[in-house]
Amino acid sequence: MSKGVAITGMGIISAIGNNVQENYESLIGEKMGIDKITQIETIHKDEIMVGEVKATNSELEQRLGLEANTYSRSPMLGIIAAQEAIRQAGITDINDYKTGLISSTTVGGMDKSEQYFFEYFKNKEHHHHIDGLHAGDSTQKIANYLGLEGSFMTTISTACSSAANAILLGARMIKSGRLDRAIVGGTDALSKFTINGFKTLMILSDTYNTPFDDNRKGLNLGEAGAFLVLESDKIVEKENRAVLAYVSGYGNANDAFHQTASSDNGDGAVMAMEKALKVAGLKPEHIDYVNAHGTATPNNDLSEGRAMIRIFGEGKVPQFSSTKAYTGHTLAVAGGVEAVYSVLALQNNRIYPNLNFKTPMSEFNLLPETESKEKVLEHVLSNSFGFGGNCSTLILSKEA
Amino acid sequence: MNGKAIFETDETDFSIFIKSAYEALHIDYSKFFKMDNLSKLAFMIADVLLKEDTEKDVALVLSNKASSLDTDRKHQQSISDSTNFYPSPSVFVYTLPNICLGEISIKHGLHSENAFLVFDKFNPSFMKDYTNSLLKEGNAKKVLCGWVNFDNGKYDAFLYVVANKGTFAHTTEELTRLYQTI
Amino acid sequence: MSELKQELKEKIIEQLNLEDIAIDEIADTDPLFGEGLGLDSIDALELIVMLDKDYGIKLADPKEGRKIFESIDTMAGYISEHRSR
Repeated sequence: MSKGVAITGMGIISAIGNNVQENYESLIGEKMGIDKITQIETIHKDEIMVGEVKATNSELEQRLGLEANTYSRSPMLGIIAAQEAIRQAGITDINDYKTGLISSTTVGGMDKSEQYFFEYFKNKEHHHHIDGLHAGDSTQKIANYLGLEGSFMTTISTACSSAANAILLGARMIKSGRLDRAIVGGTDALSKFTINGFKTLMILSDTYNTPFDDNRKGLNLGEAGAFLVLESDKIVEKENRAVLAYVSGYGNANDAFHQTASSDNGDGAVMAMEKALKVAGLKPEHIDYVNAHGTATPNNDLSEGRAMIRIFGEGKVPQFSSTKAYTGHTLAVAGGVEAVYSVLALQNNRIYPNLNFKTPMSEFNLLPETESKEKVLEHVLSNSFGFGGNCSTLILSKEA
Repeated sequence: MNGKAIFETDETDFSIFIKSAYEALHIDYSKFFKMDNLSKLAFMIADVLLKEDTEKDVALVLSNKASSLDTDRKHQQSISDSTNFYPSPSVFVYTLPNICLGEISIKHGLHSENAFLVFDKFNPSFMKDYTNSLLKEGNAKKVLCGWVNFDNGKYDAFLYVVANKGTFAHTTEELTRLYQTI
Repeated sequence: MSELKQELKEKIIEQLNLEDIAIDEIADTDPLFGEGLGLDSIDALELIVMLDKDYGIKLADPKEGRKIFESIDTMAGYISEHRSR
């Protein structure tokens, strides 16, 4: 049995594109998806910038052939991404193997629910959107739409490392033989719920986010759906699948420092990266590119930067960038979005620029890549860190 | 704990119940009162289970149905009235169920792996397999796992520690039986 | 001023859920963060909401809070100078 778990399909819808190809073109073409908010009426609309999917809810409904107001935005984004991933993998019957769906979300169906919250007692018609608050509901909706029957299904909720942990869990369940196929990723739509929450934490930038820049002002929230199809060696062989890349390493650790803040020296991040390298059987010098978490908050980028220096050594940090300047921080899905980007990097031998970077941080000597570059890549490391101290690292590799 | 009651009360109001349990069990951790209901519940049971344990390589795998819905509602309410629009950062922080894992990790200095999963109901067969694979892969020496749900003032929790040697057999049937006896 | 200080102590204990601290345990000059009351960054954000809600003072940058929230003395001083309600 090979060490890595095969990725045979992927799908994404984000602020920089409605499918994998569009996302890749934006990444290479240095096209940011950050703008003023248009889909949600919020009192903060002039003070924040966001990474919105460029489609209204009714456009998404039409695309999926759904009746108006039956699904909220999160599951719709998830379905679009999962469908693309399944199509790319060449799956014709989703139930032909032991298939699991592991999704992740931080808001579930909050966007529709919040509209109807106060009509709840007056109006029974919208009752199903109140049920939609439940985090597991968007996963159930995705499973129903995809026609998944009686398989394993769960929702991971570990904040902004959720989708990375969904990939980790899926890879493990395939390795242990419990599943033959795992559809893993996540979906999070922008909502007043999150916008107002992050506003109180005072970590939202009022302009374009600038990861790893000394003058960074905070993050832009984003929304996305992103899924990968992971399949066992048995399926790959039997169905003659084209393998896009392999999940070769994964690691999760708790920072055990604070509910929201990362520790000064990135203890949890260091442990997550160490574990992932160990699982992959790789040394730090084997990593060709790091897709950093890089949210552009003062706290994250300092802590993550220090953690990278601790792992790779002073002056030895591989080429790295954060793609949050393109998409915004897509919360639960970030690890899924960035896994898709990491696979694309491997497939195309491309490193993406860390847009908006001008001034190096004063605390250390770390310069992110600022231009799109060609480079032969074998192993890409992707970080995702979440509130609650949850730190995850994935390593994606060209060969198993 | 292990079939024995360590704290009993007829109190049905959660905030009164949990405060008297806090006092009776001598938790003595001032940050406890800042936590939301789900975290208080998970934290307190974990504290009882981990108190005497010197092992720090303990993974945490908790699950529930309602996610952080109890606190989500609180935050949602605070942004629903435009004349009294003051969402609270300390409420918002707890609108993620895995914050309780962070609280447990901070208190006990655990840097190990953790996950919070949302299932329709307690899933003993998954919990058993996943915990076993964590132990087998050498990811942790012990795993604190279980179910902790809080919704609309109703709550139930069943936490247990799995290690290579223990008191109960780690089987789906035994987990189901233990869960049903709480 | 002493009335405002008393009011602030009550509010801090209530808003920040400091259940095990009594009002007379907080001296006007005690540091609120770190050693003193042991408040953290989320508490600071909560105090920023309190300034806005109860005294009509809006802070745009959480860093501004550090000086203002040094002690009950500094807080009361800042509020009486800038309050709009």
